Amino acid sequence: MPGRGMPMSRLKPRSEYEKTGSFRFWRWLAGSRDPYVGEVEMKAQIPKEPRELTIRERMQERQELLTRVYDIENNKKIAFFHRIYVLAAVVFCLCFAGILVAMVSMLPPTGEADRPVNNEVPARYIESGLQETGAVNIVTGMILDYRAFDTFGESNVLFAATTTVLILLHEKKKKREDGTFEEIPSDRLLEPKQDAILQASATVLVPVIILFGIYVILNGHLSPGGGFSGGAIIGAGLILYLSAFGFEKTEKLFTEKTYKYVSFGALTTYCLAKSYSFFTGANHLESHIPLGTPGAILSSGLILVLNICVGMVVACTMYTFYVMFRKGDF
Amino acid sequence: MGNLLVNYGEAAAMILFVIGFSNLLLHKNLIKKIIGLNIMDSAIYLFLAEKGYIAGRTVPIVVDGVQSVEAYINPIPAGLVLTGIVVSVSVSALMLSLTIRLYRRYHTLDLDEISTLLKKEGV
Repeated sequence: MPGRGMPMSRLKPRSEYEKTGSFRFWRWLAGSRDPYVGEVEMKAQIPKEPRELTIRERMQERQELLTRVYDIENNKKIAFFHRIYVLAAVVFCLCFAGILVAMVSMLPPTGEADRPVNNEVPARYIESGLQETGAVNIVTGMILDYRAFDTFGESNVLFAATTTVLILLHEKKKKREDGTFEEIPSDRLLEPKQDAILQASATVLVPVIILFGIYVILNGHLSPGGGFSGGAIIGAGLILYLSAFGFEKTEKLFTEKTYKYVSFGALTTYCLAKSYSFFTGANHLESHIPLGTPGAILSSGLILVLNICVGMVVACTMYTFYVMFRKGDF
Repeated sequence: MGNLLVNYGEAAAMILFVIGFSNLLLHKNLIKKIIGLNIMDSAIYLFLAEKGYIAGRTVPIVVDGVQSVEAYINPIPAGLVLTGIVVSVSVSALMLSLTIRLYRRYHTLDLDEISTLLKKEGV
């Protein structure tokens, strides 16, 4: 159907000419068809239909509830309690702030070297940390060697939090009467499919983000960073990938089983590695783990391995949090 | 006044802590309460960072083999802040998932409405 301003060709028949690039270019130039209309808008595959009745019922219920909770005009008790509560809370907060600021004014001045915080413990870490742990970054040497037990506890706290979130938000499949399982109402059907801008930028950004996260983890003993920050970066990259391409792509890469095996494997490796060094250290045995040259990537003994373990746990945790909050199922 | 003008960072951390605490007390919305708790967490990180700071010294990463105490700041508060961040992330996730469960059950985030509904159910 030739519209106004449609390009024409004298040499080729119409159907052949419409396949060429110059036809599309001239059509775009003439403005008869916008190539973006209908291509890049976010569209839900199934339009959501509001159910009028339930919404109205719910609104009425809520209105009744609101009048009962905030019936300040008729219920003098609630009004009195509300006023007293706000007054007491404000007075308490002001007193609390006053006490804390008065306490700060009695603390030793910030930025001076001879405060009681700077005692012999940080001095020992700084003076012999490089020789004892092999890590150039003293903070990493501290948290993954001197205080590795504490960091193991942190990783376990993350693992426990993820497990609890899985218990609380996991949607179980309901069994029907004929034995088949009911489909979970997933948001996969409501996912946008044609988000060209997000997909194009994710194609460029996701590999860079994940590579940067790996770099931060592997350089944890040489530069600022380490397992926790690198793992959070990798988790952010995975979340961006999921937002752009949907669950169909990510479930090939990351399922509940992946989470289970990676977290369990990483925590077990951490536990075994640290048990070995605790055992040898407590019995005054030689640990046989070379510390390497300070500054090289393969140095500082077990710290690199522990950083990788912590990074894997944190990346899995971040991604699992996002998936659970979004859908309740992998 | 004492050291209040020198310790302005620590004083700011304390005031931030009280702001977060007043959020906990004065807001009825559960999400806003969780935000208040996260503000309190951030106040603690600021306080710890101020504790570890020593004027004129650099981050504790050994450069060119300099290993004297006079060159670097205190590394211990950095490790403690790391622990705090991890625990705060876990606690936030736990509280948010409990809030989601409450919302699915009662269709509201207002704590007073939830307790009224609980009374109506006879709990």
